[in-house]
Amino acid sequence: MTTAPILRIEALRKDFRTNNGTALKAVAEATFDIPENDFVCIVGPSGCGKSTLLRMIAGLETATAGRIDYRGETVSRPRREIGMVFQEYSLLPWRDVLDNVSLGPEFLGAPRAEREAKAMEYLRLVGMEDFSRAFPHELSGGMRQRVAIVRALANDPDVLLMDEPFGALDAHTRILLQKELLRIWENHRKTILFVTHGVDEAIYLADRIMVMSARPGRILDIIDVDMERPRLRAHPSYGPLAERILAVLEQEATTSFRDTAAAHHGED
Amino acid sequence: MGLKSILVRAGAYVLVPCLFLVFWDIMARQLNNEVILPGVGQVTELFLKPTESLIAMGSLVINVAISLVRVLAGYLLAVCIAVPLGILMGYYGMAFRLLNGFVALFRPIPPLAWVPLVLAWFGVASLATLFDVQKGLGYVYLNNLKFSMVFIIFIGAFYPILTSTIHGVMSVRSTLLDSARVLGASERDIFRKILLPASSPSIVNGMRIGLGVAWMCLVSAEMLPGSLSGVGYLITHAYTLARTDIVIAGMISIGAIGAFLDLFFRVIENRRFAWTRLTR
Repeated sequence: MTTAPILRIEALRKDFRTNNGTALKAVAEATFDIPENDFVCIVGPSGCGKSTLLRMIAGLETATAGRIDYRGETVSRPRREIGMVFQEYSLLPWRDVLDNVSLGPEFLGAPRAEREAKAMEYLRLVGMEDFSRAFPHELSGGMRQRVAIVRALANDPDVLLMDEPFGALDAHTRILLQKELLRIWENHRKTILFVTHGVDEAIYLADRIMVMSARPGRILDIIDVDMERPRLRAHPSYGPLAERILAVLEQEATTSFRDTAAAHHGED
Repeated sequence: MGLKSILVRAGAYVLVPCLFLVFWDIMARQLNNEVILPGVGQVTELFLKPTESLIAMGSLVINVAISLVRVLAGYLLAVCIAVPLGILMGYYGMAFRLLNGFVALFRPIPPLAWVPLVLAWFGVASLATLFDVQKGLGYVYLNNLKFSMVFIIFIGAFYPILTSTIHGVMSVRSTLLDSARVLGASERDIFRKILLPASSPSIVNGMRIGLGVAWMCLVSAEMLPGSLSGVGYLITHAYTLARTDIVIAGMISIGAIGAFLDLFFRVIENRRFAWTRLTR
C-alpha cells in the first residue's frame, strides 16, 4: 500500500548572490519525497547546502526554482505543521524554560493556563519539569537542546525539521539525546527530517538516509536502513553501511576537489 | 564579608573625594579670595539651606527642579521618537538605507550649534504660548518650558538613543527570529516578543547615555534668551554677581543629579538584564 508522501520536493534549486556579485549555487535540482512518519536523515559534507534545503522547507528561505509541497499545498512561508530545531542556541535568553516552551501556543493565542499546562506536559516528556523556572543560561548544552526540541513539539507539528541539532554537543550527550529523540519519535510518530554530517548519527537514527553532494547540493544516493530498532552500534550491518556512505562521500569529495582545482587552473 | 572589609571598601570610595575637599580648602585659604575660590565651608552652607532664596532667583531646590522638568520634557520626546525609529531602521533594511544617510548628516552638529536657528524658529515661545495661558500659576510653570530649550535637550538625547536602538535591533541573532517565525509568530509578535526584549538592554543603555547628554545640554539651553530660572541660569547669573560659591554649588548639584540618574539606569540594567551578562 502506498500513501501520498507528506512532503514532496520537486526540482528545488537555490542560488545565492555573493558580495562580489557572482551567483553561488547552494542547492541544485533536489527532488525527493518524504513519506509520513518516516525518520529521514540528510548526510553531506559541510557547506553542501543541507541547511539551505531545510530552511526552504521550513519556509524561511524562498527557492530560486522548483517547489515544495506539504500535503499537496505549496510551502512559501513558515507554517505551524512544520517545526524546526536549530543547531545554534535558539532559546529566548530573557524567558525561562516554561515561557520558552509555551511560545508556540502563545503565538496561537492560547490562554496562559492552557499553554503552561501544555508546556509542562512536554517538559515532563524529557524529564525537565523541575527546570521549568530555570533560565537558558543556567542549563547545560544538552538540556538547552532538549528544551528546544520540546518547544518545537509543543506546537504540534506534523513534520519536524532538525538542522544538526546535536552538532554542538559533546559525544556522550549527543548519544543520550539521540536515544531520547528516538523514544519521542516512537511514541509521538512525527515525520522527522534530520540534517547531520555524522554518518554514525544518520545510521543510528534514520529509516532512510539521503546522501548529498558537495555544493551545489544534489541527492547522490538514497539508502534504506533496514536494521531493527533499538539499534546497536555493534550490529553486523552497521559497519558496512557506514563504509558504503563514506565511500559515496569520499568519491564526491575527490571529484569536487578536482573540479575546483581545474576551475582555478582555468582562471590562471 | 566582615565589617572590616566593608569599611575598607566604603573607604576606598570616599578617600579621593575627601582628599580633594582638603586640597580645595587649603587652596582657598591660601588664595584668600572668595571670588576666585570660596572655601568648602562657604559652599557647604548653601547646601545646608537648600530652600533659601538665592540672589533673588528662588532657592537651589526650586531651580534644580525646574531644570529637571525641562530635561525630562526634551528627553521623553527624544525617547518617544528615537526608539520606534531606531527599531524600524534596525529591522527594515529599506528604512535604514532611506534614513541613515540623512540622520548621519545631522549627528555631528553639536547641540549648541543649533541655538541660532532654534531661536529664529521659536524665539521665547513656550508651552504657555502654545496653550495661550497668560497669567496665574499655570503661566509660571508652562512658561518655563521654552520650545528652544526643549529642542536643544531633545537633540542632545536623540542620537545616543537612536544609535543604540539601531545597533541593538541589528545585533539580535537571526536564529531567535527564525525560530519564532517557525513557531508561528506574526510580524507583530516578532516586534513585541522578540525584537523589543532582545534589544532592550541596548536601548536602555542608549537611554542612559542620552539622559547624560541631555543633562549636559542643560546649561547651554538655560543660557538661551528668555530664561530666568534653572540651575544653568543660576550659575551664569551668579557669575555676573561674582557669587562663585553659588556657581560651585550649582555645578555640584548638576554633577550629583547627573550621577544619580546614571546610577538609577545602572540599577535597572543590572536587575532586568542579568541575562545579557550570563548568556555566552
